[in-house]
Amino acid sequence: MLVIKNLHANIEGKEILKGIDLEIKAGEVHAIMGPNGSGKSTLANVLAGNEGYEITGGEIIFEGKNLLELDPEDRAREGVFLAFQYPVEIPGVSNATFLKTAINEVRKYHNQPELTPKEFLDLMKEKSKILGMEEALISRSVNVGFSGGEKKRNEIFQLLMLNPKFALLDETDSGLDIDALKIVSNGVNIFKAKDKAVLVVTHYQRLLNYIQPDFVHVLYKGKIIKSGGKELALELEDKGYDWIKPELVESEIV
Amino acid sequence: MNEIKENLENQEELSEDMKVLDELTSTEYKWGFVTEIESETAPKGLNEDVIRLISSKKNEPEWMTEWRLKAFRYWQKMEEPHWPNVNYPPIDYQDISYYSAPKQKPQLNSLDEVDPELLKTFEKLGIPLNEQKLLTGVAVDAVFDSVSVTTTFKETLKEKGIIFCSISEAIQEHPDLVKKYLGSVVPYTDNYFAALNSAVFSDGSFVFIPKGVRCPMELSTYFRINAQETGQFERTLIIAEESSYVSYLEGCTAPIRDNNQLHAAVVELVALDDAEIKYSTVQNWYPGDKEGKGGIYNFVTKRGACRGKNSKISWTQVETGSAITWKYPSCILQGDNSIGEFYSVAVTNNLQQADTGTKMIHLGKNTRSTIISKGISAGRSNNSYRGLVKIGKNAEGARNFTQCDSMLMSDQCGAHTFPYIEVENESAKVEHEATTSKVGADQLFYLNQRGIATEDAVNMIVNGFCKEVFNELPMEFAVEAQKLLAISLEGSVG
Ligand SMILES: Nc1ncnc2c1ncn2[C@@H]1O[C@H](COP(=O)(O)OP(=O)(O)O)[C@@H](O)[C@H]1O
Ligand SMILES: [Mg+2]
Repeated sequence: MLVIKNLHANIEGKEILKGIDLEIKAGEVHAIMGPNGSGKSTLANVLAGNEGYEITGGEIIFEGKNLLELDPEDRAREGVFLAFQYPVEIPGVSNATFLKTAINEVRKYHNQPELTPKEFLDLMKEKSKILGMEEALISRSVNVGFSGGEKKRNEIFQLLMLNPKFALLDETDSGLDIDALKIVSNGVNIFKAKDKAVLVVTHYQRLLNYIQPDFVHVLYKGKIIKSGGKELALELEDKGYDWIKPELVESEIV
Repeated sequence: MNEIKENLENQEELSEDMKVLDELTSTEYKWGFVTEIESETAPKGLNEDVIRLISSKKNEPEWMTEWRLKAFRYWQKMEEPHWPNVNYPPIDYQDISYYSAPKQKPQLNSLDEVDPELLKTFEKLGIPLNEQKLLTGVAVDAVFDSVSVTTTFKETLKEKGIIFCSISEAIQEHPDLVKKYLGSVVPYTDNYFAALNSAVFSDGSFVFIPKGVRCPMELSTYFRINAQETGQFERTLIIAEESSYVSYLEGCTAPIRDNNQLHAAVVELVALDDAEIKYSTVQNWYPGDKEGKGGIYNFVTKRGACRGKNSKISWTQVETGSAITWKYPSCILQGDNSIGEFYSVAVTNNLQQADTGTKMIHLGKNTRSTIISKGISAGRSNNSYRGLVKIGKNAEGARNFTQCDSMLMSDQCGAHTFPYIEVENESAKVEHEATTSKVGADQLFYLNQRGIATEDAVNMIVNGFCKEVFNELPMEFAVEAQKLLAISLEGSVG
């Protein structure tokens, strides 16, 4: 589904991603872990097409298409969804208006008819129940006055509403208490399917107890320095990152 | 020097998105066509003879002519004010024609007698004057250059005792009401443009709602400037007697002209005990081109008097047009427990300038006022909110809440807030909140990431920003206003 080859990206002239290679197949769940500042959000934003980042090399192929040639809205319409680490507020625009517009834009792109108001409402009801969202939250302005946890929940609600092919979750677990974490993970697990893929970005392993990854990658200073199965996450939880940091590993050898 | 450099750097920083949008800014003003119609236009220039000519063209009684002349003589002694935060070259008042009317039969008995070119013009503007085609529930008075073309649904309204006609007709048919109220809220001595208007006003609407009557439909006036080098000076007077209610709407457009045209209207509202007047404006005069050439100077005095106890006046305005807008729809809260409201969206793009706001003058006890102002600046435009909240010494328990929000769409535009507060009664509560925000790259990216293209995203953000004001407009007009906003701002993020 997604192939990333030797991806390099800068922000404000500083190189953040220094050659990322990653392949994600349909049906798989990947996790990217790594300490703060290692470039996880940068990778997520670059995949989604945030123009604040400059791509200086490499390729991103999504379902056979060169993602780097697509505008962010077209990437979204192709099925790339980013659950933001810091969802923004849009005052005066209700969640419902926003989602209806978004869904219909995606449908238009695929030559599908718009949802009727009833279809849309039924969909809202079904998906909001999964996330335990109160109706009040849905009629309120997008993320305005939402608590940190409610914002994250709203991101996964949008994921289920839009039902894309590929979900990128950037620190979706941060700011969630244990009950909310279960609800949100359950939402992601409902999304998971043979023809979908998930990339979970986190620096805690606790989320991975609920969303079981097939592969875990460690991102450090803009490079993937280790990949493995889900047991790698547990190992990281135990031992921290130091034992795999290249400069430390090297100094031990010396 | 440093400033210029910074500006250039800022410009270079515009993201790709915004550049694409900038190119789209070239959307043309869609109401800019000219109607080919035979007109009778007064020679340029202003003197007592011209005023007598206007008055006689309108068959006015002597008292009206005298009133105009008094206003003119007063105006001659006044100086054009220059305190607003706007810039324009000096206006040559002798280079303007003060009267232009389509040639047609003097008395119109039905729509069939209206020049078909005129009917077509209003159809093109989306204002069909044929009663069958009109939105039910909206009666329209159409003003073309200096004269009222037709007023619809007159008969339906008459049954309730409501008078809705052109001010010229009211001067003929209801002189006592006009004499009693004209100039009672905005006297001709009020300000330079009010004095000028009083001397030369051409047409406008007159509304009278008798005691205890709720006007069953929206009343609407549509103003159209067509002729070149003429000014438009409408005069509107609305009187709501005890316990009555009326909702009134006004819309305006003008053709594209290279020269600036002056529009100096006066609107007076009077609400007696327990009466309510809702006055909504969607102002879309020609704003001038991208380089700031042409456009209407919109210098308007609008004021409402809440004379009776428990009376209420609400001003809602969506200002997207005009090269320069200079207006402060105000409320004089005389009656105890009376309420004044001002909801405003002012959009400026390219080189437009707007200095707009309100005055809430609290005189009676427990008077309340609310001010919600949303300024949106794009391009190299300049947008100022200027508002006065005055609490008189007898206004025991008066309250005001003011919220002024500005949104910036580019690095080269300006947003300014000038709130003036004068409190002479200790028991008053006055609250003022102000925010300034930029349409953020992060907001746009968030919406893009959900499949919404940038222009739609901008519209969504801007409409959200204006929502509290749009909520105050009657349904169909809220939809119009949203569309207008989208057009005015098309491609303006940068
Ligand atoms: N807008 C920005 N301007 C400058 N540096 C940034 C910006 N955003 C992120 N960075 C830097 O890029 C690096 C990677 O950040 P990020 O991708 O957010 O890391 P992570 O998500 O792994 O914590 C960090 O050193 C951070 O300081
Ligand atoms: Mg991050």
